[in-house]
Amino acid sequence: MKIKLREIKANKIKDKVKELFLRANYHIDQDLMLRLEEALREEASPIGKTVLKMIIENNKIASKEEVPICQDTGLAVVFVEVGQEVHLVGGDFTEAINQGVKEAYQEGYLRKSVVDDPVFERKNTKTNTPAIIYTDVVPGDKIKFTVMPKGFGSENMSALAILKPSDGPEEIVNFIVETVRKAGPNPCPPTIVGVGIGGTADKAMVIAKKAIARKIGEHNKNEKYAAIEKEALEKTNSLGIGPAGLGGKTTALAVNINYLPTHIAGIPVAINVCCHAARHAEGIL
Amino acid sequence: MTQAKKITTPLDDNKIMQLKAGDSILITGYIYTGRDAAHKRLIELIKKGQELPIDLKGQIIYYVGPAPAKPGYPCGSAGPTTSYRMDPYTPYLLDRGLKGMIGKGLRSQEVIESMKKNKAVYFGAVGGAAALIARSIKKSEIIAYEDLGAEAIHRYYVEDFPAIVIIDCQGNNLYETEPPKYRK
Repeated sequence: MKIKLREIKANKIKDKVKELFLRANYHIDQDLMLRLEEALREEASPIGKTVLKMIIENNKIASKEEVPICQDTGLAVVFVEVGQEVHLVGGDFTEAINQGVKEAYQEGYLRKSVVDDPVFERKNTKTNTPAIIYTDVVPGDKIKFTVMPKGFGSENMSALAILKPSDGPEEIVNFIVETVRKAGPNPCPPTIVGVGIGGTADKAMVIAKKAIARKIGEHNKNEKYAAIEKEALEKTNSLGIGPAGLGGKTTALAVNINYLPTHIAGIPVAINVCCHAARHAEGIL
Repeated sequence: MTQAKKITTPLDDNKIMQLKAGDSILITGYIYTGRDAAHKRLIELIKKGQELPIDLKGQIIYYVGPAPAKPGYPCGSAGPTTSYRMDPYTPYLLDRGLKGMIGKGLRSQEVIESMKKNKAVYFGAVGGAAALIARSIKKSEIIAYEDLGAEAIHRYYVEDFPAIVIIDCQGNNLYETEPPKYRK
């Protein structure tokens, strides 16, 4: 059988990744801007209102002037869905992605925040590489990229629990709310709380991170999981932490759950928190 | 919120005593930047009994690692980083005359006790409002540790830098007093 492959040049991958990181770092998506404006209308705390106004104004300035929304332009996370009928030519896949990141960060006046050795030297690589790359092979002849410059003020508030099969929605909601409570003002609330349930410990965290990139207003398609999202969001916003942690009704803008099948013996639950500057961009080659 | 109070740096005990948790503040004057790596180096010098590259007396340190400046801009986006990572180092600096810190997020009890003892203030800037905050930074120069890149110690000249007093020199703490009002 003859298989028809679609050739994609490595250079195109580099250019696409570069374009997406620049876009993500300068422009907040419209759905998130609308949600912030809605939060401003509903916020009861005067300080909270001031903070939300500053965030909205900041995002407008960043977009208009094409400067970074936040100085922490993040660790470069890239989710790639590669069509199995794609044939990459003219270079190396991982190298092309890293080159795209490097060019975006060096030419786009983005902060380089990667250190080579996490414990000892902690020497800045000056390119913001290597990127964190997750690749899935899917049917088709296209490559889809979702890039996420992930700030560490919020990443540092990540948490993992391995619940028991006897646990249920209540324990999951409690773990989510407790994680947000403990994080307090640190992750730059109002946050987007990504939750991964099932799989393995590591996979749960990956799908939690992916959940952050979901469009605001969309919920898990399984209504039982959507109900957990709704309850966790309500309880989170009852904590009183508020914008910047200075009190108010808006502690989280969304709780987004992804789930996967898991083992008979456990329920991994991973939480990946994202600040209000939830930056991501998607593109297809 | 009440009308913002304007203050100028350097700070002294008299100015510090007038700042209360919850005050909205506009800061004008010189401030220094410093985050994880710079703090580590400063404390190593202190422990060895050596002189610091900056005189901390009456000064403010802003916990920030700015983005690079675009051509025509004095400074890139420059919002606060999370402060708790500086907690182990902070009392050493307060003992040497540091009067203010600008950051975001919780502080340890040790830091708060040292702030009360040394009469110092913890200001909050809005995390993620980095492009907006950068507009108040009029001049930027590197003073020490250039090799640290974004983590080098910069000296900024700021005009009406927007901040909120989160913890005042009596230990009143907005993170403790505000959220309970909205807890359900």
